[in-house]
Amino acid sequence: METAIEGKAFAPSSGEAPLLSIEDLQVSFYTYAGEVHAVRGVSYSVKKGSSLAVVGESGCGKTVTVQSVMRLIPTPPGRIKGGRIIFKGKDILALSEKEMQSVRGKEIGMIFQDPMTGLNPTMNVGSQIVEAIVKHQRVDKATAWEKAVKMLEMVEIPNPKVRALQYPHQYSGGMRQRAMIAMALACEPDLLIADEPTTSLDVTIQSQILDLLLGLQERLGMTIIIITHNLGVVARLANEIVVMYAGKVVEQGTSSQIFYRPLHPYTHALLRSVPRLDRKTRTALASIPGTPPDLFVPPKGCAFAPRCPRAMKVCLEADAFPMELEKEHQVSCWLYHESNPRAAMELEKGGVAIER
Amino acid sequence: MSAELALEVKNLKKYFRLDRRRTLKAVDNVSFTVGKGEVLGIVGESGCGKTTVGRTIARLYTPTSGSIIFDGKDITSAKESELLWFRRKLQMIFQDPYASLDPRMTVSEIIGEPLDVHRLATGKERAERINHLLSIVGLSPEHASRFPHEFSGGQRQRIGIARALAVDPEFIIADEPISSLDVSIQAQIVNLLTRLQEERGLSFIFIAHDLSMVRHISHRVGVMYVGKMVEIAGSEEIYKHPLNPYTKALMSANPIPDPDIEKGRTRLTLPGEVPSPINPLPGCRFAGRCPQAMERCKHEDPELKEVEPGHWVSCFLY
Repeated sequence: METAIEGKAFAPSSGEAPLLSIEDLQVSFYTYAGEVHAVRGVSYSVKKGSSLAVVGESGCGKTVTVQSVMRLIPTPPGRIKGGRIIFKGKDILALSEKEMQSVRGKEIGMIFQDPMTGLNPTMNVGSQIVEAIVKHQRVDKATAWEKAVKMLEMVEIPNPKVRALQYPHQYSGGMRQRAMIAMALACEPDLLIADEPTTSLDVTIQSQILDLLLGLQERLGMTIIIITHNLGVVARLANEIVVMYAGKVVEQGTSSQIFYRPLHPYTHALLRSVPRLDRKTRTALASIPGTPPDLFVPPKGCAFAPRCPRAMKVCLEADAFPMELEKEHQVSCWLYHESNPRAAMELEKGGVAIER
Repeated sequence: MSAELALEVKNLKKYFRLDRRRTLKAVDNVSFTVGKGEVLGIVGESGCGKTTVGRTIARLYTPTSGSIIFDGKDITSAKESELLWFRRKLQMIFQDPYASLDPRMTVSEIIGEPLDVHRLATGKERAERINHLLSIVGLSPEHASRFPHEFSGGQRQRIGIARALAVDPEFIIADEPISSLDVSIQAQIVNLLTRLQEERGLSFIFIAHDLSMVRHISHRVGVMYVGKMVEIAGSEEIYKHPLNPYTKALMSANPIPDPDIEKGRTRLTLPGEVPSPINPLPGCRFAGRCPQAMERCKHEDPELKEVEPGHWVSCFLY
């Protein structure tokens, strides 16, 4: 079925220009087995001063999207096939590698899941921060060193003067993550991208790092994009949420819209599949049957349809486009299309994921 | 759940001697019981000894001291040749389904191996049992001839569960069985384990660092910190009335997936980091980070004692 239904152009709903906006991004990886369609038309934007969480399962394209923002996609095998990434009014995908180098680190900082991969094991931590500072700012080594120590102090590393002279292997996991945050923030970037920043950490250390990020955001007015699969972390940190599935955005909205009025069946299922400390024990969790689709051959229709309890015929034939159902709340799901006679009822029902 | 005990662990110690001066006290004087048909969850942060406890009970390690009574029999220092019956009654499920399945074996060989070792079935009966086990864990007979690399993480964990069930065990130790899986797949595996546990009346030790998942699946929960069991209580009780300051901090650090609750919560953030279990200092292991530490905590080691019926805690505050 070729549908005649055309999508409304996607536009951010607020008047103010966003700090970063990703428009219809498409990224593929070309492997010996064929083309993996990792990101299939992703659009989202983040306002200045906001903290946006991107959630989704492994392989849904959340990391590839932000790696594209940093232009860190290994090429080959990866290739950005289409779309635009507008950061502070300029198209990142059109920049030369040299221009990009002044964006990376200086305007956009990034921290990774495994702090060991972001740190150089053969250099002391202070020198690594100095390197980042000297690259982007005109200061002498001594001033840069002083600043590096100050950064370590800001991320609450005890005894920063001594610690700056130590090597990453002398740091614990939590301290390495702090050091990486210090390095990412050394040049005062406008945007911090944190890719699973607490996933490899213990829960009490995770709590410390989240406190730190929240505090820094408040003090520096920093914009944060955090990628995580931990919905607890999302609830604590984010004020906007993007939900991704199989290389596409299926729903986005404010934190309370997504948590209390989720519309997409995948978001529903995701929220209900995690046990909570404040709920009854040993009741069956709402699990999602099956597994995410193979992105070698992305499905024609909605990628979630084979696992979706609410799937209709149209879902297998054509993919839904983003529909804005309330201010700042978009969902790509046929249930809510105006030609579905039950659409209004569905919307009314939205928000049953968390019974309060 | 009967009052009969499936497992009794008394003063269990497992030390690893690193060199002449350093000893890693992975498990240091831990005691607890698991009733028949009961699920005991063990939580704690990395390096707390939860995995070592599980592996020592399964006799993959030889205990340094203490005793392990399984089904009324002392297996603490039994020889491997005397353990065959025990290995049939107790099975393990491991964290990493990529590492715990032999990549050169087909699924039917993986599941069939324990049947051969314990001489439980041969020929047609063996094939039937393998197919039956596959269906129990939600896989189908055509999967039997495939190799582990052809499966996703969740499916591999199902194969691991089928292998553990092959010998029809009474007791299962699951060590972080879901940590490497995606959220939606975690729920599938947890539901499967809960169902199997109930249907077969299995006794279970469920080891994990995810507090909400452990609480969800367990009847009772034990909290470990640097080789010590610091608190054990019913899973509702330990969440509602945690007593040990470490348990309180752990509960408080665990974020709840609900923004309104998260924003209104007062949080108890612990300073510092988990100390090393190598040559630990005398006194309570938590004293250095504990907001309520007293002078006594630095010198004396608190014993685990029952302060309310069924609620055990090791802390001088009680």
